[in-house]
Amino acid sequence: MLEIRNVRKTFFPGTINEKVAIAGLDLKIEDGEFVTVIGGNGAGKSTMLNIIAGSLSVDSGQVIIDGQDITRWPEYKRAKLLGRVFQDPMMGTAPSMQIDENLAIAARRGQPRGLKWGITKEERETYRELLKSFDLGLEDRLSAKAGLLSGGQRQALTLLMATLKKPKVLLLDEHTAALDPKTADKVLEITDRIVAESGLTTFMVTHNMRDAIRHGNRLLMLNEGKIILDLKGEEKQKMTVEKLLKRFEKASGEAFTNDAAILG
Amino acid sequence: MNYLTTFINSLPGAAAQGMLWGIMAIGLYITFRIINISDLTVDGSLATGGAVCVMLIRAGINGWIAVLCAMCAGMIAGLVTGLLHTKCGIPAILSGILTQLALYSVNLRIMDSKANQPVSVDKYALLVSQRYSRDLSLRNPLFLLILVIAVLIGFLYWFFGTEKGSSIRATGANLHMAKAQGINTEADTIFGLVISNGLVAFSGALLAQFQGAADVSMGRGAIVIGLAAIIIGEVLFSKVFINFGLKLLAVVIGAIVYYLVLQIVLMLGLNTNDLKLFSALIVAIFLAVPYFRETYFKKAVSAPKEER
Repeated sequence: MLEIRNVRKTFFPGTINEKVAIAGLDLKIEDGEFVTVIGGNGAGKSTMLNIIAGSLSVDSGQVIIDGQDITRWPEYKRAKLLGRVFQDPMMGTAPSMQIDENLAIAARRGQPRGLKWGITKEERETYRELLKSFDLGLEDRLSAKAGLLSGGQRQALTLLMATLKKPKVLLLDEHTAALDPKTADKVLEITDRIVAESGLTTFMVTHNMRDAIRHGNRLLMLNEGKIILDLKGEEKQKMTVEKLLKRFEKASGEAFTNDAAILG
Repeated sequence: MNYLTTFINSLPGAAAQGMLWGIMAIGLYITFRIINISDLTVDGSLATGGAVCVMLIRAGINGWIAVLCAMCAGMIAGLVTGLLHTKCGIPAILSGILTQLALYSVNLRIMDSKANQPVSVDKYALLVSQRYSRDLSLRNPLFLLILVIAVLIGFLYWFFGTEKGSSIRATGANLHMAKAQGINTEADTIFGLVISNGLVAFSGALLAQFQGAADVSMGRGAIVIGLAAIIIGEVLFSKVFINFGLKLLAVVIGAIVYYLVLQIVLMLGLNTNDLKLFSALIVAIFLAVPYFRETYFKKAVSAPKEER
């Protein structure tokens, strides 16, 4: 279970650029929940994800996973519990390393890394099988450098890397935003499958309302660093983009300001 | 004809010199190409290696032990740079410059406040010496250097294939990915700097014996020579040498080529005082070529490289 207790985060405090990104946020995500997070520009979605991942520190409040307070843990230590896919396809893989080497590094997440050989033969076979199911042709390119892959292939690879070692929480930071619509759908399809297969607790930030409604079993809407909408179960399933926009206007008292989210 | 004999006579010396600097260049390769940092510590740690080794040999200590101690001294220098960079938040280049500057004083201390300390092959049993570089016997430095380089490349090939080695490579290739996969990138960066400077000091220790003296300024411009070796090696062999071990070999060959070219331009009448200018120019040109290719001859948009 992921728990966020009264977290606050302000950027550039005390300056003219002061911006309250997260304004006292409380949230509990149960095991197995697939939460999609939506919000306008600057609503605090990515900030929230980065606070969970440890890329950003909090001003106050706590982040707790399975009863363990990880608020002060550095990013690399939290990686034991978290799987991550970034918005930028360049960020998730080491471009100068082979596909299988990238996977081998991910397979050892949270373990001490010693002087054993970095990758075994059996591992390679496992990776080949797993990549085959993606249907992206990656299974025949295990020794290709990850830098040669397309954006969609990289995101698929990063997804596999994030989940090779089952994480307590899978964090997806607009991981299809940089892809063309067709590839984005494909990556989301792979995401759904992986999450369903392992019953992963997932936190997916997106700017696309349609995706936020179609995927997952819980939907959060953020505005000005606060959760203004929290939909579960049937209510979420019956949601449409139009209804969601109305709910947003009612809850925030203003019109939704991200065209991409509506049109996308 | 005269030129040719002089040139051929100077070949073994240039080859030995190239191999000695090749070891240094392998050390630099670890920081420059693997952990993706330009580490200026090397100008200081090379001299530290030479100083420690010569002083110990003069004190009657066995040459191999002296070399090992020199290596440890270099590793400490790397550790200092690593701590300045990761724990004190100082940019990598500046951390290296700070350590290098500090090492100048440290090296003078080690060398008993003298800028130069001789170690004669007549008085001490040295591992390598310039004097024998044209001998047809086992004391020819080339034998030992080839052996040392082979062992070194074998060791590094193994090490960078291990789990720890892979995590260091990942740290250099992509910090975000490394952190997201639970790699302590700060520790790995420090580790890389430590190994690198250990090797640089090792090469300094051998170089001082080869020259028959340690000099406080023997490391000046070392980074440029190391970069020249790396780049020449890559230009010559990047298409054929894909394997990591062969890439390291290319670096050593690059250093040898550098010294051969140097030998030639000196014979063609280049003033020795202009050597550093010449070296800097060569490296600048080779570093600029890939950039020119990318910027002026290609339309494709490339992703911005991350600053460190």
